[in-house]
Amino acid sequence: MTIHEVLLSLDGVEATYNHAIRALSGVSLTVRTGEIVALLGANGAGKTTALKALSGLLPAERGQIAAGTIVYDGGDVTRRSPAELVRAGLVQVLEGRHCFRSLTVEDNLIVGGQVQGLGRAALRPELERIYTLFPRLRDRRKTAAGLTSGGEQQMTAIGRALMARPRLLVLDEPSMGLAPLVVEGIFTALKRLNREEGLSILVAEQNSTVALRHADRASVLETGRTVLDGPAADLRERDDIKAFYLGFGVGGPAAPAAA
Amino acid sequence: MEWQFFTEVLVGGLLSGVMYSLVAIGFVLIYKTSGVLNFAQGALLLFAALTFVSLTERGLPVWAAILLTLAAMTGIGAMIERAVLRPLVNQPPITLFMATLGVSYVVEGAAQLLWGTQVHGLDLGIDDLPLEIGGVLVSSFDLFAAAVAGAMVAALTLFFRYTRIGLGFRAVADDQLAALAVGLSLDRIWTAVWTAAGMVALVAGLLWGARLGVQFSLSLVVLKALPVLVLGGFDSIAGAIVGGLIVGAVEKLAEVYVGPFVGGGIEGWIAYVAALGFLLIRPSGLFGAKLVERV
Ligand SMILES: Nc1ncnc2c1ncn2[C@@H]1O[C@H](COP(=O)(O)OP(=O)(O)O)[C@@H](O)[C@H]1O
Ligand SMILES: [Mg+2]
Repeated sequence: MTIHEVLLSLDGVEATYNHAIRALSGVSLTVRTGEIVALLGANGAGKTTALKALSGLLPAERGQIAAGTIVYDGGDVTRRSPAELVRAGLVQVLEGRHCFRSLTVEDNLIVGGQVQGLGRAALRPELERIYTLFPRLRDRRKTAAGLTSGGEQQMTAIGRALMARPRLLVLDEPSMGLAPLVVEGIFTALKRLNREEGLSILVAEQNSTVALRHADRASVLETGRTVLDGPAADLRERDDIKAFYLGFGVGGPAAPAAA
Repeated sequence: MEWQFFTEVLVGGLLSGVMYSLVAIGFVLIYKTSGVLNFAQGALLLFAALTFVSLTERGLPVWAAILLTLAAMTGIGAMIERAVLRPLVNQPPITLFMATLGVSYVVEGAAQLLWGTQVHGLDLGIDDLPLEIGGVLVSSFDLFAAAVAGAMVAALTLFFRYTRIGLGFRAVADDQLAALAVGLSLDRIWTAVWTAAGMVALVAGLLWGARLGVQFSLSLVVLKALPVLVLGGFDSIAGAIVGGLIVGAVEKLAEVYVGPFVGGGIEGWIAYVAALGFLLIRPSGLFGAKLVERV
């Protein structure tokens, strides 16, 4: 996969909640076409806030962008509604999955495809595509999403986002609360989409081990500020950096590093 | 004989409860999707009934009056959504509730400004004759109202199950943030919901208007819907139906069997007592906020 132009860039982004609580105080980040970028940081570092800011979801949480610029596909993100951004190919899978609980798995996917405005017949191959990617969803398609397992819910949420045919898929902690094997399966599927269809991916993770293994580049947030940015391979080597900025060592949470 | 009398009271109560359900369903539609307890539902109901009656009194045929009223309700719903609720999005529920309280005065005022303040009779052409069914006397008007309510619920159910906007409605009701994230346009869905609530208000307004006369106090039937909502849950159409039936039955049974001991008038407040008692046991209502979740 060749890497082309800048698809998304954040520059010096500051954000607040309720015009008071400062959550971001200088986030810079770029995603180029065809890239997988990991956004790393400990709990509370501002990953979710940054992702909501770039998908236009901050106002829905009573948050504001106080300074900086966010440009997607050459246009200012803050001027567009979330629906417009989705139509332009920027789709986010929210932290905590947020499936439509009382809808079946398949209805979740169908709602995800509504922005494409497809008819019943055209919808079929789109659904098939998701079921091929996540075969477990095919067996569960008539089950209410709220009754499926955590891994199946995550697949449903990702599949729902993919139904909108994104160019940039944004994921907020997809590994949260899932067994390592399930996480691996999900990342493998994402990697495949990236390789075979050139899907660009921005993934926020606390679980840096998994994210760094699959990402091309990574950016590290600490208390609302970008403190590191570079090729994932470089960060993989630097356990000291991981321990210092991410609050835990290789493989999962541990005691905070002595600073 | 005693048993037959009991059945008559019970059936009468259940059927009048359907009328409460009708009002409650209007609330549920809006609460489910936008979390707003729409106090203006009663004013909408009054506006619908008053508009319909005034139009027919001016010589319009019934079908034309219904269509025009529906159009007016759609317009009002869209206007409320755009002018009041959209600017207030993300405000705390109490703010939204106060806003709908304000809206209800404006809508009531507009209705009277437009159509005057006199009481109108509304004749739907249904004679309120007692029918005998299986040895039990039933009001034919009540039966008609129940049939209309049933048809409306069936139509709503089909709409939510099989249409694209219906699916969007259920998605928004489940999870607003996720709905935003997948690119649903909440504005469009909310407008559709207010339109649906307007239609429900029209149906309820016509039936209640035929029963009580079309007048200012018609908007007070919202107060009858509150115990229904407490019983059935604010976010469940099935709950609104069952809640309405329970309230109707409790009212009539209490009036007949308990009323004599407390000096009558019990029908006015027993539903609130029942709702209060219920609130203490099950705050989310019979069907409310049923979480589909596996922990
Ligand atoms: N809705 C909110 N209202 C107020 N403060 C918030 C809200 N969401 C997050 N914050 C605050 O913003 C900061 C960043 O949080 P978040 O973006 O959720 O971090 P992360 O996703 O990296 O865990 C934290 O200090 C958090 O307490
Ligand atoms: Mg987060």
